[in-house]
Amino acid sequence: MLHTVSVLVENEFGVLSRVASLFSGRGFNIDSLTVAPTNEEGLSRMTIVTRGDEQILEQITKQLNKLIDVLKVIDFSDGSAIEREMILVKVAAEDENRAEVLRIVDIFRAKIIDVTAKSYTIEATGSPAKIDAILELLRPLGLKELVRTGAVAIGRGAKGWKG
Amino acid sequence: MKMNGARILLECLKKEGVDTVFGYPGGTVINIYNELFGFKDIHHILPRHEQAGTHAADGYARATGKVGVAIATSGPGATNTVTGIATAYMDSIPMVIITGQVSTALIGNDAFQEVDIIGITRSCTKHNFLVRDVKDLALIMKKAFYIASTGRPGPVLVDLPKDVQIAETEFVYPDAVEMRSYKPTVAGHPRQVEKAVDMVLESRRPVIYVGGGVILANASDELTGLSRKLSVPVTTTLMGLGSFPGSDPLSLGMLGMHGSYCANMAMTNSDLIIAVGARFDDRVTGKIATFAPGAKIIHIDVDPTSIKKNVRVDLPIVGDVKDVLAKMIKLADKHKDKADGFKAALAPWHEDIAGWKDKHPLGYKQSSTVIKPQFVIQKLRELSDDDVIVATDVGQHQMWTAQFFQFNRPRTLLSSGGLGTMGYGLPAAMGAQAAFPERQVISICGDGGVQMNIQEIATLVQNRLPVKIVILNNNFLGMVRQWQELFFDKRYSQTCMELPIDFVKLAEAYGAKGFSTSKPGEVEAVIKQAFKEKGPVIMEFKIAREEKVLPMVPAGASLNEMVLNA
Repeated sequence: MLHTVSVLVENEFGVLSRVASLFSGRGFNIDSLTVAPTNEEGLSRMTIVTRGDEQILEQITKQLNKLIDVLKVIDFSDGSAIEREMILVKVAAEDENRAEVLRIVDIFRAKIIDVTAKSYTIEATGSPAKIDAILELLRPLGLKELVRTGAVAIGRGAKGWKG
Repeated sequence: MKMNGARILLECLKKEGVDTVFGYPGGTVINIYNELFGFKDIHHILPRHEQAGTHAADGYARATGKVGVAIATSGPGATNTVTGIATAYMDSIPMVIITGQVSTALIGNDAFQEVDIIGITRSCTKHNFLVRDVKDLALIMKKAFYIASTGRPGPVLVDLPKDVQIAETEFVYPDAVEMRSYKPTVAGHPRQVEKAVDMVLESRRPVIYVGGGVILANASDELTGLSRKLSVPVTTTLMGLGSFPGSDPLSLGMLGMHGSYCANMAMTNSDLIIAVGARFDDRVTGKIATFAPGAKIIHIDVDPTSIKKNVRVDLPIVGDVKDVLAKMIKLADKHKDKADGFKAALAPWHEDIAGWKDKHPLGYKQSSTVIKPQFVIQKLRELSDDDVIVATDVGQHQMWTAQFFQFNRPRTLLSSGGLGTMGYGLPAAMGAQAAFPERQVISICGDGGVQMNIQEIATLVQNRLPVKIVILNNNFLGMVRQWQELFFDKRYSQTCMELPIDFVKLAEAYGAKGFSTSKPGEVEAVIKQAFKEKGPVIMEFKIAREEKVLPMVPAGASLNEMVLNA
């Protein structure tokens, strides 16, 4: 079962490796992890996509909370968060494929950010499911290179993380 | 006043009330030692190995309840502390470890004696700090002591680069520290506590299961008070020994792998387990699937991660166990009538327990020709002071001590419970003796473990620390040998330490006294003689070679599937 967890941390030296080594040291799984500073002075926010049953997720949440630099752990249950992910993908695009790539880009409201006679480089953002979908369509055309950011997530509704 | 970083460090220690540190000098801490020279408020003890220094700080902390402090230089000095740090981490012992680091400009350059000790100790400290600016030093020290000693205690490492020790700044020590990301829950939730008391009063076969958390929280009086008020029997883990008087009729002794038959049967047959400052370690539960099948579980712990980690829990209470137990006592007083009825209803349960106690009490077969280790432990108890402190190493002697040396007071047994560190006992005893020069301190070791930090006899002699070292010598790594005997067809692979060591001469080589005997009739005389000596003493008892620790729950078996005789 996939879970998305947001972790607010003090923007301290080494905090990323504390979080990452907690996962590796305790045998928890990381599907993706993103981290960057927030609007609040000295705070960074991580979005971690992980998997495990309820008991494992409870341990992950508690163990993260136990880290001295962690301010808050938000465990997004199904549907309580909006998730977005970005990809940069270089697709082979020659002859009749060029038009097909453009059509897919158009349908998914993605952007072409680099063009050569043989390729398009595409930027796309969306929910992880949408990203999977565009990749599924592009893959048969020939993916030369793919970079995924991993998900970032924010809670639905008017309330901020402080509640 | 302007001071350099090294001096600021010492002033911080003084402000924290630190009177004794265990440290080893080196190139990156030489400035600290330069300031220490003539610094009257801190007594420094020089061990012969940084691992021992860290264990000594740990022993000091366990015996006193204060934060233990160890100092080591960078690189090899720092890595030598890791076993001591991990030992303290597993048993939640409050410690601050200060390591030197190469100058900030050299960090990351593979400089001489550089090691990423922050990275190395990340997973075995509660927290660690690299001080990069002397202006941050005082606040970091304040935070280090605060983190080490609050919530679930633990070791905190402060890595201090050489140039930071030399740089100067104004010394201002903060009175208090406020960390928005660190706020341990101390007060137990009142409604949860109320529910807990209701559950207790509704139960008919309750057991209080106690871990080291009760000792760390100084909650022995509350524990004893609650148990006696409601007549609920108490079993403790190795770490919990001493939190409840072993001599009390309500004491079931230790539970788990080498626990008493009575304790394990009581756990298995109970309808309510009140777990207090304990974490359901696999050495305690045996096979999880069959652990206490009919019991509801109340789990009280200051660390939420301990709750529901290993077993299902019906009622979690996060909080300081002293606070929670005190609240439970108050509520029990409030419901006095119900509590009296409850006590009366426990009669059949107490009968069952008495039956188990009678059926298989802890025991051993005495011999007139060869020394039984259990006999030595019993004699030690009989002949030692009431407030004696015992430090053990790890292995058979540790379990015999747990079984046969009755502990009645908290902070009188120092033992590496979680990590199971051989080499812990002798330096831990040294730390306790440094804290309490007037009290009797005994270090009980096997012949294997004692050789892992035996060089510390030199430290004992130099610092006039009169630790009495008991070696139960069977020329074996006894506990591994026991497993090989029971589960590996007696294939004693590499567990025989055949070389006969002259421990008496070894003691003498360091300037200590040594006694040795292999005769049961001489045990008492040796102990008496050793206790009379003013300085450190080794007592070697050559014991029955293949004596086993029993009863035993084989690894992976259920608590009630005990090997009683083998």
